[in-house]
Amino acid sequence: MNYTFNWALIFAGEYGRWFVDGLAVTLELSGISILFALLLGTLLTVLRLSRVRPLVWFSAAYVEFFRNTPLMVQIFFWYFGSDPILPDFFKKWLYQQNIEFATAVIALSTYTAAFIAEELRSGILSIPKTQLEASRATGLTFIQAMRYVILPQAFRIIIPPLISQFLNLIKNSSLAMTIGVMELTYMARQVEAHTFHGFEAFTVSTLIYLSLSLLVSFIINQYNKHFLHIGSRR
Amino acid sequence: MEHFWQWFSGLFANWGVVWNNFDYLLVGAYPQGPLGGLAMSIVMAVIGIFGAFWIGLAAGLMRISKRPWLSWPALIYIEIIRGTPLLMVIFWFYFFAPLLMNQSVPETESAIAAFIVFTGAYIAEIVRAGVLAIPKGQMEAARGSGLSHTQAMVHIILPQALRNMIPSFVNQFVSLTKDTSLAMIINVNELTLAARHVYTRTMKAPMEIFLTIALLYFAICWVLTAFSRRLERSMARYQARTSHDR
Repeated sequence: MNYTFNWALIFAGEYGRWFVDGLAVTLELSGISILFALLLGTLLTVLRLSRVRPLVWFSAAYVEFFRNTPLMVQIFFWYFGSDPILPDFFKKWLYQQNIEFATAVIALSTYTAAFIAEELRSGILSIPKTQLEASRATGLTFIQAMRYVILPQAFRIIIPPLISQFLNLIKNSSLAMTIGVMELTYMARQVEAHTFHGFEAFTVSTLIYLSLSLLVSFIINQYNKHFLHIGSRR
Repeated sequence: MEHFWQWFSGLFANWGVVWNNFDYLLVGAYPQGPLGGLAMSIVMAVIGIFGAFWIGLAAGLMRISKRPWLSWPALIYIEIIRGTPLLMVIFWFYFFAPLLMNQSVPETESAIAAFIVFTGAYIAEIVRAGVLAIPKGQMEAARGSGLSHTQAMVHIILPQALRNMIPSFVNQFVSLTKDTSLAMIINVNELTLAARHVYTRTMKAPMEIFLTIALLYFAICWVLTAFSRRLERSMARYQARTSHDR
């Protein structure tokens, strides 16, 4: 193996700075995307459980389609191919943004929403039906019952799977490098291209991803320990 | 209104590009040139899942072993892979395999190696959960009838556990089929890269091209997902139970 390690290279000069910038973009991208994904995922779940046939079909078709196609293809679709189907005012707004970043947010949040909708649905279905019936009987409308009775309980149950969806989102955000978003993987690739020290560059970025995911699993475990067995009053 | 019709008819104007290049999307330049497109994606996914099965089986069984020198390496392997994006793993193999082997490694091979190692960790978790789900009485009865631990595992526990895992394996295969699209990043000519080639060559109809390949992936993945759901339902009936379940 003809390879001399040079770890100092990564931390000296501007390259260390690149990793920090990349990490910041990864976190920003994932943070914004998870918010939109939660909103859209909740909407999809409400549609799915609404008992209005066309809405149920739409939501089911959305979830199946987005879960069964590769994220990579979805990113390229939004980046190269979405022009004919987007309305003009939205395009005008989009072109004023950082187009790569905005596209990545759209792709990641529409993709993750499908997974979140499935988690939410199974969370809601795990709430006994009598809860809904009782709240309807006390005079709440369907939407009020959802808003004040079912969803708060369901959210508590599904917080651990939601956090792991967030972790998946962080990992998936590495795909944004393919359209030129300068996130962590992109920066690792850049450092490799500039220094020819791929081993060090990819080790550092792998360690950063690993510590993020270990941190997240730690949070899930703590949550399970402290809240889940206290929280389940049924 | 006129504006709308212009837009609406525009949606159907460019499908000829997809039609003319459809064979390239399906098989690449084959048989005149190398295999590519959808066929390549499927080949990689199939080889990947078979390789990953053996690694995952070994790692999963090691993980539940009571001997720390077996369980710790498996735990570290599983946690590292599951905490890392697949794209990173693909880059490891792409950049490190030539260094370690002191010769160039073709992109397709290093991508397949990455898929095997990556998917293996997820299979290991399936195996672990599957083996732990078999009631303890099965192992005790097998040991009681004179089988060694290994014999009991191979002849009694694994046959039952593996059968229960089939739906999860199918789901993992679906994930892997989608994941093969990442091989384009190191220039493996699978379906997603084929689509980009078609787009770069024609500079036309990106929506139609990417929608088409999304539908191709969808057709495969959705059929398999539906199949695994049916399996899961029909298999729920034939499982060894504890006295507690009855």
